[in-house]
Amino acid sequence: MLDDFLVRAVLAGVGLSIATGPLGAFVVWRRLAYFGDATAHAAILGVALALIFSLPISLGTLLVALAMAGAISWMMAQGQSPDSGLGVLSFGALATGLVAISFVPDVRVDLSAYLFGDILTVTRSDLLLIWGGAGLVAAVIAWRWSKLLLSTLSPDLAAASGVKPNRESLVITVAIALVVAVSLKVVGALLVSAMLIIPATAARRVSSSPVQMVVASVLVSWAASGAGLWASLRLDTPAGPSIIVAAALIFVLTTGYRTIRNQSV
Amino acid sequence: MTLIEAKGLTVRHGANTVLDRVNMSVAPGEIVTIVGPNGSGKTSLLRALLGLTPSKGKVTRKRGLVVGYVPQKLALDPTLPLPVRAFLNLPKAHAPDQIAAMLERVGVPGLATRQVADLSGGQLQRVLLARALLEKPDILILDEPTQGLDQMGEAGFYRLIEDVRRETGVAVLMVSHDLHVVMSASDRVICLNGHICCEGKPHVVQNAPEYRALFGHGTQGALALYQHAHDHDHDDGCGHDHTHDAPNDEVEHAR
Repeated sequence: MLDDFLVRAVLAGVGLSIATGPLGAFVVWRRLAYFGDATAHAAILGVALALIFSLPISLGTLLVALAMAGAISWMMAQGQSPDSGLGVLSFGALATGLVAISFVPDVRVDLSAYLFGDILTVTRSDLLLIWGGAGLVAAVIAWRWSKLLLSTLSPDLAAASGVKPNRESLVITVAIALVVAVSLKVVGALLVSAMLIIPATAARRVSSSPVQMVVASVLVSWAASGAGLWASLRLDTPAGPSIIVAAALIFVLTTGYRTIRNQSV
Repeated sequence: MTLIEAKGLTVRHGANTVLDRVNMSVAPGEIVTIVGPNGSGKTSLLRALLGLTPSKGKVTRKRGLVVGYVPQKLALDPTLPLPVRAFLNLPKAHAPDQIAAMLERVGVPGLATRQVADLSGGQLQRVLLARALLEKPDILILDEPTQGLDQMGEAGFYRLIEDVRRETGVAVLMVSHDLHVVMSASDRVICLNGHICCEGKPHVVQNAPEYRALFGHGTQGALALYQHAHDHDHDDGCGHDHTHDAPNDEVEHAR
């Protein structure tokens, strides 16, 4: 069954959603959308470095994504406005990566596969990586759930209760870097943070508790993965962007539902 | 045996010394109120005691001290849906009937399924208090807990704190700038203005020249007419001026 590329693609989307659902909720709650973007852009630099030094691509992206996340966290801890600094780091890393890839000798690199993902060519070992990484992220979030949530809600309340908010921030930061590294193959560096933000935002419209929002976010991601892949096959569109378009359409639907429900009350 | 004790506590914000070598402590079951004008370092003192702000000096807590913290406000991000029950279950989960009983105790029964974002200011304060109490604290630390409440709400809230103390024996440390209501509920009042100006039982502090210098006579009603404010000096070398109420001085001299 795993021989079928479509089955592997579906499994990749479903596996990734297990991490992007809950992590996406925290990204939205903590307003880390741009942070996720910057970390994902840095992954392109990771691809370049991995190719140059003949390392596994996912290892290269993970290391650079972690370095980027660390740099941004440090910058924010210094009290600098994250906005412009994030922009410099984010596009600096993306452009450096694109330039560096052109120096890779003897390799014709299909850049669009890294920028937009190539879910239809996911291999068994990719699947292992995706499920392993996503499962780890989901498990850590479940394990530290109330500490993460309280630190997100109010770092002061968390600290007064003996929770270390900085440690919880670090958990989220590392989780974002990990998800970026494993999802590069599925949706690509430019659209990774869309996979974090859009399903969670769509889920917000129909949820009235944090747990509900996480569950709804996973369901939206699953639906978007399925619908996007189907559309990609039927209409011969690129798979990664199609998944994001499907997620965006679901967002429009849940927003419409929310608006109608609010008016009828 | 004190629950929490500060020795030589100093807090700086940039070049500004907000708190200068403050010594204080809270004993079990005691209600201590910190009063002081805006910018006198009340909140900084609480935050330093809680370890939320960098400080110099020494803060000693009893081993295993459980702190129930009630912040001034809760900035809730609109992207986070949060029913009261889920909020009360942070960081530790409690049984539904325990939560219902606690909400009833603090005077907001039946709110468990409401969204925290939809609560009024007074309801939110009581929910914050409920959350703190559910952790079975040794000490409650409240930062201007009645901000945004009207006078009735304020009086009710402080009565509730007193009752809770009587029932559970919890110590209370709170910050306030509204004087009257707070005073009547406190065992001890600390009058703060960058340093500790005076402290003691409420009626003692109320008549202390340092306290009067800080707050004038306006809040004392008719009593103010009979009292004369004297300039006072601090021998601890802390450089600051206390403002004096000119109109009241005139009244006094007219007598």
